Amino acid sequence: MQILPFIQNDPLLQDNQVQPVLVLGLGNILMQDEGIGVRAVQQLLRDYEFPPEVEVLDGGTAGMALYEHIVNRSHVIVIDAVKTGREPGALVKLENDEVPAFFRNKVSPHQMALSDILAALKIGGEQLPEIVVIGVEPATLETGLDMSDLVLAQLDALVEKAVECLGGLGFAPQAVTRH
Amino acid sequence: MAKRIVVDPMTRIEGHLRVDCEVDGGKVTKAWSSGQMWRGIELILQGRDPRDAWVYTQRICGVCTTVHAITSVRAVENALNLEVPLNAQYIRNLIIAAHGVHDHIVHFYHLSALDWVDIVSALKADPKKAAQTAQSLSDWHMNSEQHFREVQTKLQSFVDTGQLGVFASGYWGHPAMKLPPEINLLAVAHYFQALDYQRRANKIVSVLGSKTPHIQNLAVGGVANPINLDSQSTLTLERLYYIKNVIDELGDFIHKVYMVDVAAVGALYADWTKYGAGVTNYLSVPDMPLDTMGTQFELPGGYIPNADIGQFKAITSYNDEYFEKGVKESVKHAWYKGGKGALHPYDGETIPEYTDFQDDAKYSWVKAPTFYDERAQVGPLANVLCMVAAGHEPTKRNLDKLLKLVSTVLGSEIPLSALHSTIGRHAARCVRTAVLYESLQNQWKLLMENIGKGDYDTFNRPVFPKGEVRGYGYHEAPRGVLSHWTVIKDGKISNYQCVVPSTWNAGPRDENDKLGPYEASLMDNPVADPEKPLEVIRTVHSFDPCLACAIHMVDTRTKEEVVRVHAVGSQCGVAF
Repeated sequence: MQILPFIQNDPLLQDNQVQPVLVLGLGNILMQDEGIGVRAVQQLLRDYEFPPEVEVLDGGTAGMALYEHIVNRSHVIVIDAVKTGREPGALVKLENDEVPAFFRNKVSPHQMALSDILAALKIGGEQLPEIVVIGVEPATLETGLDMSDLVLAQLDALVEKAVECLGGLGFAPQAVTRH
Repeated sequence: MAKRIVVDPMTRIEGHLRVDCEVDGGKVTKAWSSGQMWRGIELILQGRDPRDAWVYTQRICGVCTTVHAITSVRAVENALNLEVPLNAQYIRNLIIAAHGVHDHIVHFYHLSALDWVDIVSALKADPKKAAQTAQSLSDWHMNSEQHFREVQTKLQSFVDTGQLGVFASGYWGHPAMKLPPEINLLAVAHYFQALDYQRRANKIVSVLGSKTPHIQNLAVGGVANPINLDSQSTLTLERLYYIKNVIDELGDFIHKVYMVDVAAVGALYADWTKYGAGVTNYLSVPDMPLDTMGTQFELPGGYIPNADIGQFKAITSYNDEYFEKGVKESVKHAWYKGGKGALHPYDGETIPEYTDFQDDAKYSWVKAPTFYDERAQVGPLANVLCMVAAGHEPTKRNLDKLLKLVSTVLGSEIPLSALHSTIGRHAARCVRTAVLYESLQNQWKLLMENIGKGDYDTFNRPVFPKGEVRGYGYHEAPRGVLSHWTVIKDGKISNYQCVVPSTWNAGPRDENDKLGPYEASLMDNPVADPEKPLEVIRTVHSFDPCLACAIHMVDTRTKEEVVRVHAVGSQCGVAF
């Protein structure tokens, strides 16, 4: 995209410069435990300060609108409700070979959009980001804003897991001291 | 003997739509459209502050976040009879138009083109011939032999890795695929370019809405974009000119690529103008309000019964009783407790009552809406026909341009009536995109002029009275008429119903057992191979189905002996 000379200082108008690392919370907060990824991102943004290489984003259940947030990244840490057959409330981390299975099996209702985007990148010959999925097995997916006690009890642990992942990449966030 | 086909899931994006057809003698003889997830936003909103409703409604669907947010604030403003400052209207209108352009481009290229385009065939194309054909139709700067050659090489190396399963469920080589290799190559090249242009359109939404997905700048009573041409945390001159620049780039893509591709596909699949008409009562609403109360609009809307443009009746304001009184929803064939007949949304109820998939009784989580007791099709086709009927010049001009292009490729005249069809919905969506592009330019100019007059107002504070007020808000969203209906008691929500576009189109049979638009459009569709019902998928995809807002998530199963087809399932089969 043609960049006009006078917009170089406005961060909202920068097009092709993204932080290399994206923490992407997915899920629908209207469906109880389905929203754990978004809740985790909200807590991350509230409790931590992130190095300039990291962006933390509430992706909701967006489809192709996530495209612009996925391109040009080196790492994407997806936080989501994940169904793998473990007991409800179990913390799950999927890496390397396990990640395609996350997209292959219908474990999350929004994986389709994300898999579409990755497919488009792949066939276009673009470099795909390295993806890690962390999440919690949901206990209930009924209509409602409140998460189940089981899953809510894992929120802190899930947030710590995300912090740990970032640390592993060399981009550990700083906890904000609350007064 | 009739054979049953089940296509499930039908959508490549959010949501879960199942379509059942009976095929006899090579064509569809019966059809059922079923939403497979349950909805219940109204249960979440009861008792909440109406000023917050938009924050929740924009979470209903990941694709339509913006449209639910806009419609929600309109409904509450309508209940309060609240004026919205001009700047706020223009800023919302820019967001609406940009979102629409983004959404339509994504639909054509990324969600439905592969129903018509055979990507394997593109490998056989002669890039030189492809360039010649492309250049004869358009002077787009990327229609060069070199570019087509590069795309073909990329595609070949991808196919060589054996991961073609990434694209839908392998309809390449299907007998219903008719495009020559060169047109297939051209379409594949534009598929990639469209990824970039849909992103640019969405950038306008991000800049004005502060963020996507989930815009942050709305408020009941206006927008939260303070206008200060110098301060960086506000809507600055830089941001406004940046937006202008993006708008101009979009115009080129829409006219030189999108419209040309739709014309070529339409002409080469001209037989598809005979299928898919279905329900030809068309409903759309006016949009892009030009005053503070919503009595004047840039884009007209209304109702056309029986495909007869001469009988068009306009919907003219946010207080239009013709619209307000005409809408009802039936649950006779939906998994909700009924028995009271079709209900008006103010009186709407959402009490689940799941049975099982029963062909002659209840079979969907989607309700069946009606307009004065008739089924109505909504979406870009309804919108374009109503705008033409209302004499909207930009719509007539862009439609003429597209039909002429089709006639050129086809070598014979194409009548307006060809629009009542599967391929006609794609054509109308493209015309609407061109109209929205002009609207973007116009709304940008109106905003600049108004700011130039020294008007910086963006917000009027809402005040909630004691007692009960009710209101509705509507929006001509990318998939058609969206309306939110709310009853507010002592400043808290007591009822809230969303009648969404996919409810209008995907709804099951109604109170009088009449077919919904998806169902009706499938009747008599040809099906060459019941194991690969590409034709069924083409017709349903032409509506741009997005079911997440119509319904939520619950799995159901049938025990019938049927052909089960996953229209999109194998996309998940790729190893990344």
